[in-house]
Amino acid sequence: MDQDLGTGIPSEPTERAAPLLEIRDLKVEFPSRRGTVVAAEGVGLSLEAGEILGVVGESGAGKSTLAYAVMGLIEPPGRMAAGEIRLGGERIDTLPPEAMRRVRGKRIGMVFQDPLTSLDSLMTVEEQLVETMLTHLPISDREAKGRAVELLEQVGIPDAATRVKNYPHQFSGGMRQRVVIALAICCEPEVLLADEPTTALDVSIQAQILALLKRLVRERGMGMLIITHDMGVIYEITDRVAVMYRSRLVEIGPSDKVLNRPDHPYTRSLIAAVPPPDRRIDRFPLVEYIESAGTTTRKLDLASHWLGKARDFGAGDGPLLRLEHLTMRFLTRPSLLPSRRRWMTAVDDVSFEIRSGEVFGLVGESGSGKSTIARIITGLYRPEAGRVIFAGEDMTAMSSRKEINRLRRQMQMIFQDPYSSLNPRMKVGDIVAEPIRFHRLAESETEVRRIVADLLEHVGLGSRAALRYPHEFSGGQRQRISIARALATRPRFLVCDEPTSALDVSIQAQILNLLKDLQEELGLTMLFISHDLPVIRQMCDRVGVMQRGKLVELAETEALFEAPQHDYTRHLLALMPRMRAA
Amino acid sequence: MSDETALPEAAGRPDERPPSALARFLDSDLWWSFRRSPLVITAFLVTVLMIGAATFAPWVAPHDPFDLASLDLMDSLLPPAWLEGGDPRYLLGTDDQGRDILSTILYGARISLLVGFLSVILAMLIGVTIGLVAGYAGGVTDAVLMRIADIQLTFPAILIALLVDGVMRGILPPEAHEEVALFVLVLAIALSSWVQYARTVRSSTMVEKRKEYVQAAQVIGLPSARILVRHILPNVMGPVLVIATIQLALAIIIEATLSFLGVGVPPTSPSLGTLIRIGNDYLFSGEWWITVFPGLALIILVLAVNLLGDWLRDVLNPKLR
Repeated sequence: MDQDLGTGIPSEPTERAAPLLEIRDLKVEFPSRRGTVVAAEGVGLSLEAGEILGVVGESGAGKSTLAYAVMGLIEPPGRMAAGEIRLGGERIDTLPPEAMRRVRGKRIGMVFQDPLTSLDSLMTVEEQLVETMLTHLPISDREAKGRAVELLEQVGIPDAATRVKNYPHQFSGGMRQRVVIALAICCEPEVLLADEPTTALDVSIQAQILALLKRLVRERGMGMLIITHDMGVIYEITDRVAVMYRSRLVEIGPSDKVLNRPDHPYTRSLIAAVPPPDRRIDRFPLVEYIESAGTTTRKLDLASHWLGKARDFGAGDGPLLRLEHLTMRFLTRPSLLPSRRRWMTAVDDVSFEIRSGEVFGLVGESGSGKSTIARIITGLYRPEAGRVIFAGEDMTAMSSRKEINRLRRQMQMIFQDPYSSLNPRMKVGDIVAEPIRFHRLAESETEVRRIVADLLEHVGLGSRAALRYPHEFSGGQRQRISIARALATRPRFLVCDEPTSALDVSIQAQILNLLKDLQEELGLTMLFISHDLPVIRQMCDRVGVMQRGKLVELAETEALFEAPQHDYTRHLLALMPRMRAA
Repeated sequence: MSDETALPEAAGRPDERPPSALARFLDSDLWWSFRRSPLVITAFLVTVLMIGAATFAPWVAPHDPFDLASLDLMDSLLPPAWLEGGDPRYLLGTDDQGRDILSTILYGARISLLVGFLSVILAMLIGVTIGLVAGYAGGVTDAVLMRIADIQLTFPAILIALLVDGVMRGILPPEAHEEVALFVLVLAIALSSWVQYARTVRSSTMVEKRKEYVQAAQVIGLPSARILVRHILPNVMGPVLVIATIQLALAIIIEATLSFLGVGVPPTSPSLGTLIRIGNDYLFSGEWWITVFPGLALIILVLAVNLLGDWLRDVLNPKLR
């Protein structure tokens, strides 16, 4: 079917004069009232047919700008200030908009990050595929419909003939991304641009999508440019990799070489910051090149320091927290009649203990109920059944606010999204001081201010940060503020709900180091929730694996990684990218 | 895309002194956009000028139109100063009792603005409170409060105002009504316009309460009232200020309409609407200035305030940028 349309790329290139896609000395800038931001500068790379080129870098490095420049979709006032982009030897950056529109979709296909928003939810999959094909290909409506089914089969959607009539919301996230891919390749493009195609997906889905992309590229001899922040993805499918740092290309070469013997110091530190999945390391190597926030925290003398003062609880080694048969359901279809209501069971009869002073990990894919458990423990949700016993007291049986607050002071939570977990209208100092003021943990306002300065100093921000607003800080710095706020009640138990999954890998290394330091210094007990197995391995003493609301396995970390018992655990471990195994 | 264009240097530098409030304002998008729009600057100046002139009417106005001793019936119905038969003492002419139109406009604008501001503040208090509670509590509370709001919306503002006014007239003795007329008016206008605030605040509250900073406050153990006031309220006030500006113009119009219909403030302390109604009787006998100048003042005031409101809405709404 590739041949019958006569639109595929020539199967036998007669001469290898020009690469399939070539970017030369690209410079993209965004003028703004605060001066011009250069999003990419001096970037040059080329892509051959049948090749997968990865572009890796941290947020703000200019990776996506590159993709938008190739598509000719840089939003004004942004503009391409210099350089040229050639597709099959022919310049495309100077094409008029109408000609460029024909290149997009026809010769260059694109897969975006979020499968939820990249499809039109009011059109069936068939309509979207047919519309795209009729726009670009000289075929009839009937042919296009037939091809739509073939395409869905090729991207691995079962029962394609019926599914093609469905609307996007009837597909799961992974299936939807397959539809997006079908849409991107429906006109036999020569180049496929994939911008973080698996970032919004779970690991098992990610592996399938990557395998699919790889197969399609090989089968059809397309060239693929894949943009990602994830070294695991780079390792999995790319032939060559380009590393971007601060709008510039710092290194490009065969993936094997770049990952194992990087030349540029930035690449080296970036790779060093990736948590190794196959062994436990004490601390992540300190990464230069990244953020200015100090990574040195003074050692604390707990005997005299405020954080150690009045720790009105012993260090006993019994369980600090015990969950007994927790169950939690959410109403998915509300109705006046109980019989018509629909429920989704988020947590299903989960029991475990967390010992004093240990870091307990919970791992699982999205929707497995990890975060719901965290929210039940911290009192944000009330469980439907089961008990939460903290330091020997049954929290679920408590009704008086005073009693609950007394226990709440001892447990704090660090959230996932550093951009929404701080009140944008409050100064950092007030954010950190709020728990101290509310629980009256300090005698005077001077003392509060001193403690806040101390805490901010301690998480590596410096006391001056207190006078600023959250928006002036980067993601990693904000996460430090969150940590300072969580420490401000002098808790003994810290719940970390995906604390680093919104952060770049180098920042993640810093934050994980900080959490480890604090945990050891203050003897904190921690519940550490993550979908990222290598991170869990670095952080946790014991791990619980969750699947669809159930706890399927619980073991010492090393035992779990070396000898997993449950099928699901083995499945998850098999999907873990092992970039150093090469 | 947005994170790609962010300046890496925008991250906080811990050692630097944070900018002062004034420096922050001068650097803000609000000030930047203000400076760039002559229309908005004009609207702002006109608003400030009119509010200032109205507030300081007793000192600014050339005459005191309510000082019966200074009134002279000989001066009644004089045309504006530049017309034949005009008197230079009365720039915009006089009415049937010899009162200076310019002065009555200034005093009238004072009443109009007072009613406008008070009713906006009252409506804001009612609307924001109900919106916060409905949005935060959700469930049955939300459903009940929002159905009340829906019912409220089925009545036109004027009808509610007439109703409140009528009821108050029925309850209160006529002489008491003169004194409380202004507050009745404020109450009537506020009751007809709080729904706007409630709906907007409710939807923003529902967005904000899902954000993690609210959960962080809950984990600290803060009571709901404190979370609402300290955390959610400041984050939902942006759109409220925009509505308030536009509603101020609307309130002034409603007040003028009610006064024109004769259910507003008493003629002894006339607002712009009252002046227009009084002047209306003379329109066809040729004394057009008695009604046209208060009308113009009303239009200019409302237009300026509305332009400011529209501009604020555009600047504060990130979606439109």
